[in-house]
Amino acid sequence: MTDHGHTAQPTASKRSIIDTLELDVRLLGMLFAFAAVAIVFTIWTGGTFVGPRNVFNIAVQTVPVAIMACGMVFVIVARHIDLSVGSMLAMCSAVMAMSQTQWLPAVLGLQYGNPVVLVLTIVIGFAAGTAMGAATGWLVGYQRIPSFIVTLGGLFVWRNVNWFTTNGQSVSLTDPTLLMFGGTEGVLGAGASWAVGLIAAGIAVWAILAARRTKKSHGFIVKPIWAEGVMMALIVGAILAFVGWLSRYPIPAAKLKRLFEAKGEVLPEGYSAMHGLPISVLILILVVVAMTLVARKTRLGRYIFATGGNPDAAELSGINTRLLTVKIFALMGFLCALAALIAQARLQSHGNDIGMLEELRVIAAAVIGGTALAGGVGTIYGAVLGALIMQSLQSGMAMVGVDTPFQNIVVGLVLIVAVWVDILYRKRMGITK
Amino acid sequence: MTRNGQTPLVEMRDISISFGGIKAVDHVSIDLYPGEVVGLLGHNGAGKSTLIKCLSGAYQADAGQILINGQPVEIANPRDARSQNIETIYQTLALADNLDAASNLFLGREILSRGLVDDARMEAETRKIMGRLNPNFRKFNVPVSALSGGQRQSVAIARAVYFNAKILIMDEPTAALGPHETQMVAELIQELKAQGLGIFLIEHDIHSVMKLCDRASVMKNGQLVGTVKVDEVTDDDILGMIILGKKPAHLAA
Repeated sequence: MTDHGHTAQPTASKRSIIDTLELDVRLLGMLFAFAAVAIVFTIWTGGTFVGPRNVFNIAVQTVPVAIMACGMVFVIVARHIDLSVGSMLAMCSAVMAMSQTQWLPAVLGLQYGNPVVLVLTIVIGFAAGTAMGAATGWLVGYQRIPSFIVTLGGLFVWRNVNWFTTNGQSVSLTDPTLLMFGGTEGVLGAGASWAVGLIAAGIAVWAILAARRTKKSHGFIVKPIWAEGVMMALIVGAILAFVGWLSRYPIPAAKLKRLFEAKGEVLPEGYSAMHGLPISVLILILVVVAMTLVARKTRLGRYIFATGGNPDAAELSGINTRLLTVKIFALMGFLCALAALIAQARLQSHGNDIGMLEELRVIAAAVIGGTALAGGVGTIYGAVLGALIMQSLQSGMAMVGVDTPFQNIVVGLVLIVAVWVDILYRKRMGITK
Repeated sequence: MTRNGQTPLVEMRDISISFGGIKAVDHVSIDLYPGEVVGLLGHNGAGKSTLIKCLSGAYQADAGQILINGQPVEIANPRDARSQNIETIYQTLALADNLDAASNLFLGREILSRGLVDDARMEAETRKIMGRLNPNFRKFNVPVSALSGGQRQSVAIARAVYFNAKILIMDEPTAALGPHETQMVAELIQELKAQGLGIFLIEHDIHSVMKLCDRASVMKNGQLVGTVKVDEVTDDDILGMIILGKKPAHLAA
């Protein structure tokens, strides 16, 4: 009996710490997986992997897939799939490339690079993406065509309408304002990055305290104050560490010299500047926060999850599930357009193959992040973490000289193993859904 | 169609609905008065669930009229039914398994504060109503898939009762319950009836019908066999109506 008591003690207390902190076990698992990838490649590359430069690059490369993965979570949670996101990205990119270099300058008589042209281009591109998504949603929701079929068709259609839009030519993009969205060419610098980091940390602390206050006002049991403190410290620490690390990545002297020359000035002796937070990553963070808010705190999000859990119940509860389907796919289309803007700015051109096979990476990111294809289950942060894990794996393997085909093999295997582990975990915990 | 000068709460007149040539409901008329429980009986496939789904908005009748308090109404979907204070407890319970009790209770009618769903307040309200219906209910923060059959049933009942229903439809509310929970549902029906609600009760068990209902309408093959006052008939009379599709001799005249 005493023997039994001894062995049971440690497991009980370990569980209770996770419970007290109200940590998501699945999130923890993903964080461990991410940490494992980072540690292995850091040792393998002798530290280069976690250097500010590579962290910066991984962050920038992850953005387009991560933004689309946020939308894919809603699509999959509602028991649908979208195979056309890569082609929609290409289509939005083509529309934006053509409108800024040819259509708008011709119609308005303005030069390429005029801010008015760029603003209108973004409006047109986002409208196109949202409309393409809404059309998909209408076919799925109102005409009852399975989303797999509609979006498989969309994959072919948009990829090739994209080809006709640009006559099969690549479009070179040079507008410096556009390129700001790409990453390296658009950074906040160290000072502004720290400011953003501190504001974000402040908001996180306020949000935790506000949630605690609300719970208390209704007389619910809240977690002990030390647990809240630990959570706050972890979150604030993570935000500031990330921002601080990127603020240690210097902009190369040659580039600084070019930037000063462009303004007609001379680079002062001993002047240096840091990259800090890229604008594209800031956009991703805003998307994640907004989508998480939608998922957890709005009727739209509640209805998406309810529909995924039990479509009949949602319908009988008076939810207009057809219109809901249109909204979900329209949102997906909008995020494809946003991803297209960032992708073309990063590549500084629109090519025919932009976003090729991206739909599979986006779905993989959502699934690695714990989104269940059966519907009803999934988180935004999980999908972003999934995208980050995949990108880190690829980046790390590229750094240590693994060939591209082998990189793809590993990513494919990781996808399968991630879902397998999740199934085993659920079986052990006795969670059926 | 008045009784003691009273207007019926619900009157379904001459309702017909067919699916691919099969008449699931064939010119059926039933009514319901405030403070009354009307049982709907019949074999599986007799058309009782289909008939009642026209009232809850899940189906639309091909022909016929629905009157609420004497006024003709159009019920095209579940939202319309809810706006007429008609609440339904479905046999399948119609719960989203991945959401918790409060989210299910308020599904489609969330409490908002500043445009966002107010989870804390919805949970507090859920705790209040569950404290009345099922005081042993504790699992407020887990998906309803983790609940027992009886607990799930009480969530579904709470959802119907919370929103001040005037007309309640219960489709075999005790089918998945143990004896103790069945007793609780029976007491609840008595209580709601005393508050002046009208209740349609779809039920297979004749003893429950005899105990809980004031009148019983029996259907067979999509048609109404007849409506009888429960205290004027015996168990066997009703059984005869269900099986033979004939009204008992002493009432048929």
